[in-house]
Amino acid sequence: MVTTSLFNQQLGPASSRDQQEIDNFSAQADSWWDPSGPFAPLHRLNPTRVRILADLFAGHFCRSLGETGPFSGLSLTDVGCGGGLVTEPFARLGFDVIGLDASEENIATARGHAEVSGLKIAYHVGAPEDKNSPDGPFDAVVALEVVEHVSDIRTFIDSLTEKVGPNGILVLSTINRTLKSMALAKLAAEYILRWVPAGTHTWSKFVKPSELTHHLSHSGFTVRAIQGMGYDLATGEWQPCDDVSVNYVIAAVRT
Amino acid sequence: METEVIIIGGGLTGTTLACGLAAQGIQTVVIDRIAPVDGVSPSFDGRASAIAQSSKIALDGIGLWPVVQGKTEPIREIRVSDGPSLLFLHYDHADIGDAPLGYMIENRDIRAGLLHLTQETTGLTIAAPAEIVEMHRDDSMACVSLKDGRTINGQLIVAADGRGSATRKTAGIDVTGWAYKQNAIVATIDHTVSHQGIAHERFLASGPFAILPLREGYRSSLVWTERTALVNSFMALDDDAFLNEIAERIGGFLGNLSLVGPRFQYPLGLQVATSYTDTRLALVGDAAHGIHPIAGQGLNLGLRDAAALIDIIVDAKRYGLDLAHHAGLERYQRWRRADNLLMAGMTDVLNRLFSNDVRPVKVALDVGLATVNNLPPLKKTFMRHAIGQVGDLPKLMRGEAPG
Ligand SMILES: Cc1cc2nc3c(=O)[nH]c(=O)nc-3n(C[C@H](O)[C@H](O)[C@H](O)COP(=O)(O)OP(=O)(O)OC[C@H]3O[C@@H](n4cnc5c(N)ncnc54)[C@H](O)[C@@H]3O)c2cc1C
Repeated sequence: MVTTSLFNQQLGPASSRDQQEIDNFSAQADSWWDPSGPFAPLHRLNPTRVRILADLFAGHFCRSLGETGPFSGLSLTDVGCGGGLVTEPFARLGFDVIGLDASEENIATARGHAEVSGLKIAYHVGAPEDKNSPDGPFDAVVALEVVEHVSDIRTFIDSLTEKVGPNGILVLSTINRTLKSMALAKLAAEYILRWVPAGTHTWSKFVKPSELTHHLSHSGFTVRAIQGMGYDLATGEWQPCDDVSVNYVIAAVRT
Repeated sequence: METEVIIIGGGLTGTTLACGLAAQGIQTVVIDRIAPVDGVSPSFDGRASAIAQSSKIALDGIGLWPVVQGKTEPIREIRVSDGPSLLFLHYDHADIGDAPLGYMIENRDIRAGLLHLTQETTGLTIAAPAEIVEMHRDDSMACVSLKDGRTINGQLIVAADGRGSATRKTAGIDVTGWAYKQNAIVATIDHTVSHQGIAHERFLASGPFAILPLREGYRSSLVWTERTALVNSFMALDDDAFLNEIAERIGGFLGNLSLVGPRFQYPLGLQVATSYTDTRLALVGDAAHGIHPIAGQGLNLGLRDAAALIDIIVDAKRYGLDLAHHAGLERYQRWRRADNLLMAGMTDVLNRLFSNDVRPVKVALDVGLATVNNLPPLKKTFMRHAIGQVGDLPKLMRGEAPG
């Protein structure tokens, strides 16, 4: 933790860090890979969001899934990678991957797990706007379930778009700010990914697709796709769906 | 040694799963305590299996069917009765279309075919005979150590080690169920009159007695369910006396009978695992469920487990996911458990209804089975169940590429 706070003080004025959020995640960093631990809801969502992204990438980069290393030769950075739940699948699919996270504990967990899994992934501690964060350019930049945890969305989105290469793609996923998401956040924790102690996922920090679209266009990006994800309470499975009122994925490219 | 999937148990279910996975480019190791060639010897397994239409499609999909095709016999009709004359259920394949109701094949022919297939398939390693000394599963990896010093690392362990599954026990997964106080005596006979592709199920006081048609018309497989207390005395009879007992139960419609090969006996019981999964572990086949052979469905259920797991693993591989990811294993359990429980329940009820001294035709009438014959839609539903066309079929069983 000491390093993280030192790091904070060296930063310029704009920072996307929310120290309270980072501390919350750090405190549970050991549990990232436990499918029945505090991150259980994320383990349920993960396959669905990874499938949506992989299909998007296959279309964008004209690659076919099902071949070995379909994305080899392409680079990807996973911002807010946590324990590496998304980072690892994309490394397996052939991307050259860099995982970035503001929590040192998260990165330690991610590194350890990648090593045991026999995956070559570079992990860095930091926020995307830090001067020494890997600046790419990357063919793909992803930040899944992260924008609802940052303190300054504009700074965060700007720093992400700067890392996207000329023909690259940026993909975000988050939770919409609607009556439905608010209701579910209170009533069904697993629905809304309240995997860190209550209060962390503050409803007011949820982001509407229109707001993201606005921030993205400010950075010179056009939205290519918006895809909803729905949780089936009966089966405990997530499915892609048209409804974007709770969880959704948004993909954008340079205008 | 590094692999992706480690299958413990190279029986019919485990080896089929292995061939199916390897065909999809998934590195697979199969561990068994006996050498594959031993499983092919005539004294190892004298059973024949009724293979449902959907299982046949799956076996075709993994490339096994072409290898064993010459050894199969289509089942054109099933006659259920309580003696040579009193018929109360009649299934004819013509009732549901052109395809046969299923196929009979001797287990050792399936084993020989699978052995051939494993030798042809790349990405598939058979570690047998081998003894497992240690197994480890955690959030990051799975690992099995063998007595010969080999260590196999992978992402997923599949328990396909049969009813007594040590893998299941080690994982602390319980089973519920009961013994039937019945054993199945299995024998193969030659006969001078052709069976014409008709399978017979006789409900005798001791339990169901099945006469199942094998290839070329003049050979049949018998599954004779007998009260456990009497089994040893029947097994101890000399061949002539044993044949006499059989002839008495079959009647004269197959002409003169003669015994082929040794007889076998299997204790019967119903057994279902309380969970099908654990960390980096999935149970398939008899390791997950053992049922009464009354409807010839045990292996068919195991093949469905295998095909479902192939769908889930291939999907995970395609998307770079951990092959043992939690949501995938949960999906497997949800998918297969309900289907297997339903079949376990149906076979249990059938066996209880008919294994007693009450005239089966009367029982059948009481429970309305005979009327099924007169109600074509209901009968079709029954048949679809038996031939495996009900429920959410894995892709391999629909003749599609897995995933
Ligand atoms: C009389 C009778 C008739 C039947 N007829 C039919 C039928 O017509 N149709 C049908 O669908 N089903 C039928 N069945 C059911 C069918 O035979 C079984 O469901 C099927 O054989 C189960 O296959 P399996 O591979 O799951 O298990 P098994 O055949 O039991 O295979 C388990 C394998 O695991 C290995 N093993 C066990 N323990 C270990 C260990 N500790 N380490 C390593 N390896 C180990 C064993 O050597 C074996 O090779 C019948 C069953 C009986 C008893």
